[in-house]
This record gives sequence, structure tokens and C-alpha cells, in this order.
Amino acid sequence: MSQALFTYTLRLADDILILSQRLGEWCGHGPVLEEDIALTNRALDHLGEARNLLTYAGQVEGKGRSEDDLAYLRMERQYTNAKLVEQPNGDYAHTMVRSFLFDAYHLPLMQALTKSNDAQLAAIAGKSVKEATYHLRASSEWIIRFGDGTEESHQRAQAALDNLWTYTGELFESDAVLEEMTKAGIAPDIATIKEAWSKTVDQVLSEATLKRPADAFMMTGGRKGLHSEHMGFILAEMQHVTRAYPGVEW
Amino acid sequence: MTEVKNLEELFQAKIDAEQKIEPKDWMPDAYRKNLVRQISQHAHSEVVGMLPEGNWISRAPSLKRKAILLAKVQDEAGHGLYLYSAVETMGTSREQTIDDLLSGKAKYSSIFNYPTLTWADIGAVGWLVDGAAIMNQVMLCRTSYGPYARAMVRICKEESFHQRQGYEIMAVLAKGSPEQKEMAQDALNRWWWPSLMMFGPTDANSPHSAQSMKWKIKRQSNDELRQTFIDRTVQQAEVIGLSIPDPDLKWNEETKQYDWGAIDWTEFNNVVAGNGPCNKERLAARNKAHDEGAWVRDAAVAYAAKKAKRKAA
Ligand SMILES: [Fe+2]
Ligand SMILES: [Fe+2]
Repeated sequence: MSQALFTYTLRLADDILILSQRLGEWCGHGPVLEEDIALTNRALDHLGEARNLLTYAGQVEGKGRSEDDLAYLRMERQYTNAKLVEQPNGDYAHTMVRSFLFDAYHLPLMQALTKSNDAQLAAIAGKSVKEATYHLRASSEWIIRFGDGTEESHQRAQAALDNLWTYTGELFESDAVLEEMTKAGIAPDIATIKEAWSKTVDQVLSEATLKRPADAFMMTGGRKGLHSEHMGFILAEMQHVTRAYPGVEW
Repeated sequence: MTEVKNLEELFQAKIDAEQKIEPKDWMPDAYRKNLVRQISQHAHSEVVGMLPEGNWISRAPSLKRKAILLAKVQDEAGHGLYLYSAVETMGTSREQTIDDLLSGKAKYSSIFNYPTLTWADIGAVGWLVDGAAIMNQVMLCRTSYGPYARAMVRICKEESFHQRQGYEIMAVLAKGSPEQKEMAQDALNRWWWPSLMMFGPTDANSPHSAQSMKWKIKRQSNDELRQTFIDRTVQQAEVIGLSIPDPDLKWNEETKQYDWGAIDWTEFNNVVAGNGPCNKERLAARNKAHDEGAWVRDAAVAYAAKKAKRKAA
């Protein structure tokens, strides 16, 4: 039980930590100052949630690992985030579509987790719901602006959607860990999250006049630590100072 | 002619009486020009300043430090926004102000043309660069132009946070491992003199200062502010066991302040002239962000127009 809870919590944490790391790359380089602020805010909110989840994962594991031990001292094969969040920022359409596809999953997940039988996860989710609501609203608005903006923005948004769609299936995969968590009333039934996600996606894409890509081949592997080649570079950059000076305070 | 002279006298009387000048008030052209230049330089400094610090967000050595740094750089973007708004109150649009930065016509604080090479630089920048900026900004909270003064009050609160957080990074490094202490000392060595240069030329070489003082845009001279900064910072360095890279630095019992060595003004002039270590990179990064963001801004405008049209229909 505690092994499955550890794995499950870590997955939640890794998704949001790696997405935060990616979004942080925009800081100082956004398309307009207000968006720079908004993106950094997103990165900060995600990082805050990741820290709560990592700290909790460390407690569940019971081996004395801190949030930083888990973030900085695991290699890519031990990271269990979905591949969607490790995809490069690309243009602003890619960044926003990636966030939108994630936000539309993240909000119903957090809402459902507030009713989790695990009090700690419920509390962490409770703190995140307000932010997640705001994130989804903001990314939806951009998708609509892009889709129904100029010809160029429409094309860019559709291209991003077509590129990233293959990474959405992984968010709703089930396995023994998730089944155990769902049975214990800790995780929600992932099918209901997918339903909510799908509804949001349809609504927003229709208002944006964008086409929902067909559910063709879906990428997988992230939950087992089988990542894209991007992952090693993300971690190399993120971890190098911490690894170069082991065991010190910062 | 006499009318303008009277207006100028009234204007100066208002300033002498410590009344704020507001956007709709009459002001001499030179006062307006001077302020537009100063506030826009200040705004650009906030925005360009995001680059050297943003450089370490992906590599911050703990999640707590990463969060603090993200929040700090975000604050600086906010400062840029308030200040661009303050410039707009003087009739210069944000687009125009930003275009002047991107074309290289407008200046920003030269300190941001130095590279952040190690994690300790993030500490040194917060401690020294934000620390030096605060000296100026506290003074500017009482500047004669109302919107600028009010923007400064908001900004100063956040800057003092930044300064404390930077100092704390340095303090932790200084009492850490020998390598960490060395990293901190090296950062102090590299950032010390450029930080002193932030206060600008010496009073003797600062021709516009007298007018700025008369208009109460400034209230303390470059040299006065620099001295206050040195006196304060030397003591802070002592507390954490780092040494100031100035062999001539010593306490003067008579003046009750520190005597210190000579600034290398050749280096200063070089960096101002565009030959600092990162001038080209900074401007290139701002231009890249602006160019690559053009279609995003266009899309927002186009969508807003469509929406307004549909609403009207
Ligand atoms: Fe600032
Ligand atoms: Fe600051």
C-alpha cells in the first residue's frame, strides 16, 4: 500500500515539477511583459504543488528523502512524469497547447483528489484547485485567441495540437498502481477524469475553431521512466549544481 | 515669453514647496524629457535585469531557492510594467519606449551587462545590485513627479526583500563548504566594483545632476549615495566573513565613514559604450523575445477586434 501510494504521489509530483521547469525557461523571454509574469506565475504555482507532493512522497516512503533529494538526486529512469510535460517549449502556441492539454486534466484531477481517502493528498489538492482553475481558464483563453485570431496563430495552434496530441493518452493510462489507489479511494477513477478532460477540450477547441486530432497512436512509457531524449538534458541542467557539491546546504 | 517664465517660476515654487507634479500639470519641456529618459531607462533596467537572473532559474540548487528566484524575477517584470506606465503618463507610449530599447537607442543600467557565472552570483546580485538600486529608489520615493514617486513606493518594498534574500544566499554559502565560500567570495569580487559604478559618475563629472537636484528629481548626489552604500555593505560583508576586494578600504575615524579605492572609469565607459561582457547578448535576447512574440500579440489584437465586432453586431 505505502509503495503504491509513494509511486502515485511521485507521479503527480513529477508531472508538475517538470512542467514547472519547462515553463521557467520562458522567464525573461515571454512575448509580452504581462505574459512573462503570467508564465512565471504558472511555473511558481506548479513548483509549489510539486514541493508539497515531493515532501509528502518522501514521508510516505519513510527513508528520510527530502523534496530536494527526490528532485535533484533521481536519474531520468526514476522520473515518472508523463512525456507531455517534458516536451520542449517550442513557440508560444506549443507552450500554451501543452499547458492547456495538461490543465484540462489537472483541474478535474485536483478537484477529485480533494475527496481522496488520503487526507494529505486531499489537503494538497485542496490548495491547488483555485490555481488550477485559473490556469485552465487562462490557457483556454489563449487557445481560443490563437484559433480565432490570425491565420498564422490558427495554423500554429493547430500544428501544436497535432504534434502534442500523441502525448495525451498517457495521462489516462491505468496500471496496477493506479488500480490499487482507486480501489482504496485514494485516486479517483481515471475514466471520469478523462471524460471531464475530453469535454473541456471539445468545448474550447470548438470555440477556437480548431480541429480535435484523431486518437491515433498514443505515446507511452513515462510512468515507467521511459522518457524522450529531452529528459536527460532537463535533469542535467536542473541537477548539476546540486550534484557537483553533494551534501551541502543552499 | 514672459508667460512661460511665469509658468516656470510657478512650477519651481511648487517643487520648492514639496508639492508633487502630476501628469496634467504644466511642466518645462526639459523636465519632461529628463524624466522620460530616466524613468524609461529605469524600466528597461528592470526588464533587462531579468535576463542575468533568469539565467539561473533552471539551475537553482534547491527547490526553495528556485521558487524564491522565480518570484524575484517576476517582481522585476512587475516593476518594469509600473515604470512603463509611469512613462506613459508623460505622453510616451510603451511601444515607443520599448522600440528605443530594442534599437539600442535607449540605455539601461550597465550592471546587467555582466554575466551571472555561478550560483553565488544570484546571491551577489540580490545583495549588491538590488542593494545599490534601493539606495536610489528610496530617494526616488520622494521624487517630485507624482506617478514616479508612487511607483517607487511599491517597488521599494519588494526590492528590500530581494536584497535580504540575496544576502541570505551569500550568508549560507559563506558558512558552507570551502568551495561554497570560495564561490561566494569570487562573486563578491566580480560584482563589487560594477555595483559601485551603478551610482553613476562622480559628482564632479555629472553635469545634469545640479538641475535634477533643483527639480527634486534627485535629492542626493551620486557620491553621497555611493558612500552610504559602501558604509552599509562593508559591515554586512564582515558579518558573514567575506572580504571586500579593495585594498584601500579602511575606516576613517574622523569622517565616520569608509575611505576606499578608485573606480576604474575606463571599464565603466566601455560597458556604457556597448563593450561590456554581455551587451550584445542582452539586446539580442530582448529583440528575439519581441520578434518571436509578434504573432502572439497580433493574434490577441485580432481576436479582441473580432470579439468586439461580434458584440456590436
Ligand atoms: Fe526591481
Ligand atoms: Fe529587485
